[in-house]
Amino acid sequence: MERFVFLTFDGLSRGAVYAAFALALVLIWRAARVVNFAQGAMAVVTAYAAYTVSDAVGSYVVGFAVALVGGLLLGALVERGLMRFVGHANPLNDVIVALGLVLFLTAVVGMIFGGEFRAANQPFDTSAIEVGGIPLMSRYDLFIWGTVATIVVLLALLFTRTAIGLRMRAAAFSPEVSRLLGVNVGRMLTLGWALAAVVGAVAGVLILPTELGLHPHAMDIVFASAFAAAIVGGLDSPVGAVVGGIIVGLILSYVSGYLGAALTPVAVLAVLLAVLLLRPGGIFSGVRARTV
Amino acid sequence: MTDVLVVDNLSSGYGAVPVLRDVRLSVPAGTITAVLGANGAGKTTLLRTITGLVKPTGGRILFSGDDLRAVKVEQLVRRGIAHVPEGRGVVAELTVDENLRLGGLWRKDKADAKKATAAVYELFDPLARRRNHLGHQLSGGERQMLALGRALVARPTLLLLDEPSLGLAPKVTAQIMALLKHLRDTTGLTVLLVEQNVRGALSIADRGVVMSLGRIVMSADADQLLADDGLRHAYLGF
Repeated sequence: MERFVFLTFDGLSRGAVYAAFALALVLIWRAARVVNFAQGAMAVVTAYAAYTVSDAVGSYVVGFAVALVGGLLLGALVERGLMRFVGHANPLNDVIVALGLVLFLTAVVGMIFGGEFRAANQPFDTSAIEVGGIPLMSRYDLFIWGTVATIVVLLALLFTRTAIGLRMRAAAFSPEVSRLLGVNVGRMLTLGWALAAVVGAVAGVLILPTELGLHPHAMDIVFASAFAAAIVGGLDSPVGAVVGGIIVGLILSYVSGYLGAALTPVAVLAVLLAVLLLRPGGIFSGVRARTV
Repeated sequence: MTDVLVVDNLSSGYGAVPVLRDVRLSVPAGTITAVLGANGAGKTTLLRTITGLVKPTGGRILFSGDDLRAVKVEQLVRRGIAHVPEGRGVVAELTVDENLRLGGLWRKDKADAKKATAAVYELFDPLARRRNHLGHQLSGGERQMLALGRALVARPTLLLLDEPSLGLAPKVTAQIMALLKHLRDTTGLTVLLVEQNVRGALSIADRGVVMSLGRIVMSADADQLLADDGLRHAYLGF
């Protein structure tokens, strides 16, 4: 029972990060109908920048701020400098360009920082706090939950309570009508990519200390899990991304804890397959009335 | 009467396929001009070219004397042009309230935008009762009301309406036509109305223009088009 409780809390922490990462994928999907396969590589770039600055100035907070600003700039740059020029008529074009970007960013990071694993510091202790003799969660887990919860709340407020959020949603759902209503759709698209990259950057900075550390390919498996989370929840649903992230986090924690860490990639694939077979649109895919 | 909109030798198309050919049209202020014609005549393309959704390949579009070809699509509403596209253009994933807010987001005078939204709710009672419903949950008539109402929140000078009666019950169509007439008479709104419902459109229009194969082949007073059997048979097929 103790083990189950521990694995559950561990799964919830990992799930929170997968949720944030899945949310980043959903943001771009909703804004541009593109699955950003470069999200993981972009998060690696911002994580290297964050931890390099953090090590240099001796402040985790400054490094975290660098991740936020770096994500914002990188996301905007990728959209304005690359994705905007891709012909979107064939969805495969976006996928190929995104995969090309993965190779490019990974190579550049490898050239600058080398291919060795580097330690990624965390601001809080990662040893589990015991409650009633049962190890539950660490202070760092609490930090992860708090950060992800803050992101989710801020995004929800942005999209439901602000004019810019309304513009972003309208531009994503009906670009042409939005333009006729005075919305600068191109600017909203850039903002969508920038916001998604910020969320991805935060997720990267949060999860790296719990993994092996910094490495050009450090986010590969994380991306696969987050992608599965986004598919489980439904690529169109921010709520689905959060729930999908938690589900995938729990499954991976149980599989890793009971069956061995080597089986987690297989578990991710199994979850992905099951959802695609049973509910291809994801658990939270909307049911829409069709006009005939 | 001053012309709000002047379309001068306008040509446009899709890729290498020309659709509009040397279209000439003047729309006087405070009038309703009905654009009529069979499917594929180029009516929708005319509206889409005026608002820049389709790039013109030749000619000019003057709105209050300014050439619209140099104006970005998203700037048009700020200049006083509202375009309700075919298929009603409601953002299906947003609520009625959000759709209406969207219509006035660009406006600096937020108080007047709120007033205009309240006026739309007064005008269209079903929308007031469904303000938290999503666009795709509305009936065809309600969606048309919403698209029209959202355009009115912008307090436009010129309203471009593409097939507002498409798929609607005759009673709803009649209500919408009556509303357009009321808006013209009370606010001086200028309307360029693309319609397949020829009788309905001509019953409220001041002028009718008939398009065929991308050209304007006939232009006359609406009353004249309705009354002259020969014209009706020749150009409108009834």
